[in-house]
Amino acid sequence: MNLDYLFRHPERVLDLTGEHLILSALAMFFAVLLAIPLGAAAARWRRLTLPILGLLGAIYTVPSLAFLAFMIPTLGIGRTPALIALAAYAQIFLVRNLVAGLRGVDAATLEAARGQGMTGWQVFRDVRWPLALPVAIAGVRTAFVSTIGLASVAAWINAGGLGTLLFEGITRDDPSRILTGAVAITALALLADALLRLAERNTAIARARRAA
Amino acid sequence: MTPGGLPALPPRRIAEAPAPGGSDETDGRCSIETESRGGASAIAFEHVSKVFSGAARPAVDDVSLTVAPGEFVVLLGPSGCGKTTLLKLVNRLYEPTSGRIAIDGRPIADQPAPQLRRRIGYVIQQAGLFPHYRVWENVATVPRLLGWDKRRIATRVDDLLELVGLPPAEYRMRYPMQLSGGEQQRVGLARALAADPTMVLMDEPFGALDAITRTRLQDEVRRIHRQLRQTTLFVTHDIEEAVRLADRIVVMRTGRVVQYDTPLAIVLDPADAFVADLVGADDVLRRLSLIPAATAMRPLGPGGPRPDTPTVTMRSDLRADLSQLLADDVPALTVVDDDGRPVGTLDLAAIQAVSTPNAELADDVAAGTARPTR
Ligand SMILES: Nc1ncnc2c1ncn2[C@@H]1O[C@H](COP(=O)(O)OP(=O)(O)O)[C@@H](O)[C@H]1O
Ligand SMILES: [Mg+2]
Repeated sequence: MNLDYLFRHPERVLDLTGEHLILSALAMFFAVLLAIPLGAAAARWRRLTLPILGLLGAIYTVPSLAFLAFMIPTLGIGRTPALIALAAYAQIFLVRNLVAGLRGVDAATLEAARGQGMTGWQVFRDVRWPLALPVAIAGVRTAFVSTIGLASVAAWINAGGLGTLLFEGITRDDPSRILTGAVAITALALLADALLRLAERNTAIARARRAA
Repeated sequence: MTPGGLPALPPRRIAEAPAPGGSDETDGRCSIETESRGGASAIAFEHVSKVFSGAARPAVDDVSLTVAPGEFVVLLGPSGCGKTTLLKLVNRLYEPTSGRIAIDGRPIADQPAPQLRRRIGYVIQQAGLFPHYRVWENVATVPRLLGWDKRRIATRVDDLLELVGLPPAEYRMRYPMQLSGGEQQRVGLARALAADPTMVLMDEPFGALDAITRTRLQDEVRRIHRQLRQTTLFVTHDIEEAVRLADRIVVMRTGRVVQYDTPLAIVLDPADAFVADLVGADDVLRRLSLIPAATAMRPLGPGGPRPDTPTVTMRSDLRADLSQLLADDVPALTVVDDDGRPVGTLDLAAIQAVSTPNAELADDVAAGTARPTR
């Protein structure tokens, strides 16, 4: 096993890495867009918490190839079904952490905020949300890393990305492509992890905790 | 006072008379007073009840009482008697099930809650500071909500930190997690006072502090109240704290007001066995610790104070005076006023006379024949 493929075709590897990143990032973008209202609702109404988290957990257990195969009759192949699958898998991480973060804010702090005369929206924007943010970002981080891994499977339905190298490696019995793909995927995942850790550390409450 | 009924207001002593020791405390420590133009609010509860859904009995049960502008009223009673609920009805964190609350004659139900709350300072037990805000941002909360400009907020924050005894240069940029419990409560107090409220609500603000810090903060609260004169409702279950702070005390039991009177009148003449028990009226030493020397002292004889007798101040409590009497092995002590002038004499018989519940003495106090101070 070696990285020959990477040195022989660096521009193709770079292109596929870019595709992979865009696919994962786009999936995360839609996933977060969906997770915020879901998470806010699950945090706000206790009755919704278990059903929502239960459903998202169940989705996560569906094997990824099966999920993609299910969508072929209606959505065909390509980017759209891949994005839908990735965004759906990410929900459990995003919503679970969002609920934990929003619920975890000290009730006395929230009551103090209301007691000082903040409106409901101001309490959310200035107190609840910033205090929930590190936990929410940790959810994004876990989800992003998982999405970058899962996005490899998308190549199976022609959505591109580094998974292409893995499937080529298998069908052509070329371990160098597999290793190159794996290394690039891991590098992307580590990079995403590091960036989001940085974001976590830069929230107001994380800065306050570090100061203490 | 009868439970539930509207108590007759005693003559307002505090408004006209300069508070004891007041002048030396307002020597312009900072410019807060010049900004204090809001004045103080009157508050009236009229047959206010609160029943939480599913509760067997009301948390607050037909409470009627009035608080005069500038008055410091302490809500006192055992845990669960409805003190917090009554307090939260004032800033509309709870809505009454029946009855009406009016501030300066205006029913609070007619005012939008956020706007109402911005005019009412609110301090709670664990301070409830915003942990992601620095000290200055915490203090600036209400001024920011009111849209004050930056310079005005900055000046105001520094003045307030000064007022609560936290040097601004040292504390402004800290986070709440970098403060001790006592310092956090000081910031909580500064935040509550920031936009010059006409009323302040405090819910067991010092309940979680050690005894020394608590006493120090009680003194600060008293000093600040003498300086700013905001109408204050202060919740505690601690009788010593109530006596230290209150102009008048509301004693509550299972949602009802059982007595509403001056600290001295409550200690000297508890309305019933419950109040007597609460103030520890049967425990002579405890009782004496709640009564100031001024209440028990006798007038000076024609010859003035006896030479060589030890002196105590009018505001010293009788328990301390008694131990001094015994320790120094003298027949009497000379009582002096704040300026050190002899004003009375205190012997064992005088102390004994007030050591048991005594309605007559309480009446004398109410009539002004005995001279209470606090
Ligand atoms: N939010 C609430 N919901 C239901 N019951 C409550 C609520 N808050 C307080 N109570 C009940 O009302 C009563 C008075 O409580 P509270 O005002 O907190 O007492 P205190 O402050 O004197 O300790 C208690 O029996 C308490 O259990
Ligand atoms: Mg309480």
